[in-house]
Amino acid sequence: MHSFGYRANALFTFSVTALAFICAIASLSDNFSDQNPSAEIQILNINRFKKQSYENDEVSLTLDITADLQSLFTWNTKQVFAFVAAEYETPKNSLNQVSLWDAIIPDKEHAKFRIQTSNKYRFIDQGHNLRGKEFNLTLHWHVMPKTGKMFADKIVMPGYSLPDAYK
Amino acid sequence: MDWQGQKVVEQLMQILLVISGVVAVVVGYATESFRTMMLIYAGGVVLATLVTVPNWPFYNRHPLEWLDPSEAEKHPKPQVVAKKRFSKK
Repeated sequence: MHSFGYRANALFTFSVTALAFICAIASLSDNFSDQNPSAEIQILNINRFKKQSYENDEVSLTLDITADLQSLFTWNTKQVFAFVAAEYETPKNSLNQVSLWDAIIPDKEHAKFRIQTSNKYRFIDQGHNLRGKEFNLTLHWHVMPKTGKMFADKIVMPGYSLPDAYK
Repeated sequence: MDWQGQKVVEQLMQILLVISGVVAVVVGYATESFRTMMLIYAGGVVLATLVTVPNWPFYNRHPLEWLDPSEAEKHPKPQVVAKKRFSKK
């Protein structure tokens, strides 16, 4: 501590280390928060269901998505990334997941919403397996913290199915 | 800065930073505001810098007592003796 530079360096190092501790504590405090998100999805309409010019099946849907993700937000949350995926099984793949819609939720106020929309991304199968197919719609979310580990979870909603014939 | 001052400075710096860190976490968690936590901690760092880094006069209250020159002359420095070379017979 004999010179200005020495003291400045010591203070800088110690303060950055303490900052790391503070951020770790902030991140750990997330484990104590109570989280109970909920969601519900209805398919309003199947707009189009066809083969793409002798290639793969494609579906266009209109979805009605209701979700309450407010309890996921803590003081250490930067944003929540949510997306809806259709999941189904085919002979070729044991699990197909096709992302239909997503959104970035920046704060708690926007986390409780109801939205009616057609699928943001195209629902295209690898093949011709979608006629009469039963599938799950799953709402996934990734909680991105300000400091610390990102964690992800989902709600699986089973029981949706596609028509037996092309429209 | 004298030795006593250096010791005080080191302790002060660590205490100030630890306290501002603890206060920052507690207040930030209570107000659910990450920003508050960061601002309090930044304030604490600035305070610690202002208190400990510059060479304030109160860190120089216990200066080293160097030997008086007149006293030093009474005790001459030992002379360097020319090295004996040991040669093999």
